[in-house]
Amino acid sequence: MQKKDLGLAVLIIVVGFVVYLRNPLFLSPINLANTANLIGLFGLFAIGQGFVIMTGGIDLSVGSMIALLGVLFVELIGKYGVPWPLAMLIVIAAGTVMGLAHGLLITKLKMQPFVVTLCGLLIYRGVARGYTGEATAGFPFGATFPEVEWLTIGRSFGVPHSFIAMLLVGVICWVILHRSVFGRHLYAVGKNEDAARYSGIRTDAVVIAAYVICAVLTSIAAIYFAMFTRSVQPSSHGNFYELYAIAAAVLGGFSLRGGEGSIVGVMLGALLLQELQNLVNLLGIPSSLNFAVMGAVILAGVLADQQFTRYRERQRARAMELRGQDGRSAAG
Amino acid sequence: MTSAQDLPAPLLVLDSICKTYPGVVALRDVTITVMPGEVLALIGENGAGKSTLMKILGGVIAPSSGRIIIDGLAHDRLSVAQSQGAGIAFVHQELNVFDNLDVAANIFLGRELRSGPFGLVDVRAMRAAAQPLLDRVGARFGPATSVAELSLAERQLLEIAKALSLDARVVIMDEPSSSLTLKETQVLMKVIADLKAQGIAVIYISHRLGEVEHCADRVVVLRDGQVAGGLTRAEISHDAMIRLMIGRDLKALYTPPARPLGPVILELEGVRNSTNPNAAASLSVRAGEIVGVAGLVGAGRTELAEAVFGITRLRGGSVKLDGAPLDISSPRSTIAAGVYLVPEDRKRTGLVLESAICENISMADLGSVSSRGLVSEARLHARAEAQRTRLGIKTADVDRKAAELSGGNQQKVVLGKWLSMRPRMIIFDEPTRGIDVGAKAEIYRLMRELADAGVGVMMISSDMEEVIGVSDRIVVLREGEVAGALDRADFSEHNVLKLAVGAH
Repeated sequence: MQKKDLGLAVLIIVVGFVVYLRNPLFLSPINLANTANLIGLFGLFAIGQGFVIMTGGIDLSVGSMIALLGVLFVELIGKYGVPWPLAMLIVIAAGTVMGLAHGLLITKLKMQPFVVTLCGLLIYRGVARGYTGEATAGFPFGATFPEVEWLTIGRSFGVPHSFIAMLLVGVICWVILHRSVFGRHLYAVGKNEDAARYSGIRTDAVVIAAYVICAVLTSIAAIYFAMFTRSVQPSSHGNFYELYAIAAAVLGGFSLRGGEGSIVGVMLGALLLQELQNLVNLLGIPSSLNFAVMGAVILAGVLADQQFTRYRERQRARAMELRGQDGRSAAG
Repeated sequence: MTSAQDLPAPLLVLDSICKTYPGVVALRDVTITVMPGEVLALIGENGAGKSTLMKILGGVIAPSSGRIIIDGLAHDRLSVAQSQGAGIAFVHQELNVFDNLDVAANIFLGRELRSGPFGLVDVRAMRAAAQPLLDRVGARFGPATSVAELSLAERQLLEIAKALSLDARVVIMDEPSSSLTLKETQVLMKVIADLKAQGIAVIYISHRLGEVEHCADRVVVLRDGQVAGGLTRAEISHDAMIRLMIGRDLKALYTPPARPLGPVILELEGVRNSTNPNAAASLSVRAGEIVGVAGLVGAGRTELAEAVFGITRLRGGSVKLDGAPLDISSPRSTIAAGVYLVPEDRKRTGLVLESAICENISMADLGSVSSRGLVSEARLHARAEAQRTRLGIKTADVDRKAAELSGGNQQKVVLGKWLSMRPRMIIFDEPTRGIDVGAKAEIYRLMRELADAGVGVMMISSDMEEVIGVSDRIVVLREGEVAGALDRADFSEHNVLKLAVGAH
């Protein structure tokens, strides 16, 4: 665990403790389980966003993808009776195609990530609304899908499976980002794409892979969300979720310039965001202030982190300067 | 020093300026005096500290110690505004003009003339005010011309005009002639003489000693961050300047190959790149020799190297390695064949500065420090430690960021990356730019070792002393073509330049 992550964890515990003092319901099993479920849902695609931000890019289409793929999943198993494993595969394949399209447009046609995924945001949302004719996509009355429901909204020992899914994905992504050759290449591309290319790294492939990973994790999240809400309102489902993902990554120590961040960080970021939501609810703050609280905390967090980094760098520069002078006087 | 009372007061004194960066001393006790209306040439090898000194003068960076005295007033450091206010103006190496504005708008950028109740920009007034400034520098273009249409030389005149508009008393020109044609340079010389006649001091930074000899009243030579010496008008000569700049005879550095030359390793035939698409270059590198590639800026040397390395596409011609066609479709494929490039700009393309030293060393070959796609930290470190020992990379810890190293040590990290693999052919592009003398000698020694071990070595360099001091053979490029090759017996600065400049 990096120092940054540790700081974030401390912040989460402190906030949690304060909320608990004001309202002991915070630590009640039911509140914890509900919050954990939300952390799992949002954490899943926030991790994906982390990979994209690592390249210095951004994926704004996440929320719309969750709506469109949610509609697709609900329709496939509810209306067309497609077996659920096949439906999941189709949804993930569709997500993969979207991620691939983003990556190819960005690397091969040199379009800006912001523009490409902004268009994705508009297109996917529009397609979802057009396909359903603005009607809510839902399961037929009384329909149940025990296996899928167990996988997505089920619980083991009180722990929601969405949370467990996020932990599993987190572990796998941690190995990929922090231990694999691909992860090293991703960091290198994010920090200095030119130098990475001059070292023989296939930078385009690395960037495309990041967008595909983001899209795949988003499609998994889309399935979880669809099962959680059980019906998908195509004009509002998933609205602004891309911003939650970006916020989680930034809180978790990612730099939008790329090349910085960790999986533990983005997961903690997603956790803190849900904790703040919960804080608003439990402390009786009007829920309309929800976004304002979130914005203020992110601003303060990033500012504090930056100041701390600058302070540390100054310290180090001073230490090195001192050492340099010692070296000279010893030599002279 | 100017201590006598009867001399005019100096305009500007840099007094005992020191500048240290983490791990490097960029300037040490540099004292320079500038008199009104004199042309002071500041020369020195790359990395001697000229640019750092000028940045201090411009208020961009603060000195670690020392004083800057302007008109008798001492400052510990200057701000950009103070520097401008004192009449210090820059004509930059990378021109600071804006393509999308016209000439007058560039001159008055940030100080636009305004008129009317809303304070809108008064284009007409600016153009009228710009004209006399352009006349003073002898510009042949008008104030309404779009800068996008100006040649490099014209842009330089524009910058000088801008300096004049700021009531400049000292104009600092940093390598003003490096991209100019001979004729344009002559115009520049005339402008400098005019400035001088108007009582404006010029600090002229250049590698072109001929020009310095022609225009300077006084020369100050920097070497390794210190003033190596000064020359008065009467003392200025090519040899005197070179002696002060290098402080030693680089030819003495030359070590001949240990073995007779082997077979041809790299062979370029009729290679054409996009910069000079109509010119074709052919050259070859044999085992055991160091081939120096010389030429002026814009001769297409870096472009050639990058095309061979797979960064840019070749427009034609063939590249062979050990007699077989080399796949140059991407750096990945050339690296796989054992052809490596030590690029010109190590901070941008050579290293990932924000990554650790050990990460950089294994960056091109992570596969061999990992198993089943997972990187082994132990092997990553062992590999970095091996290169650190072999190359003498001075760092406390290979987990430190490459950005924290000095230039020479950074270059060693780039070398370590390639040496830890299986080199067959290494192209060095300006391998010692901005590197201290000690590290330079080590890099030369290393190149010789590689050549003796049978690795092909090609060295692109703009540093004449280096090309002559290190190479076994020199190939001179001119506008994308091979202008000629010299064997060791024919090496001289004169011969290289003659080929590089051509029959102008």
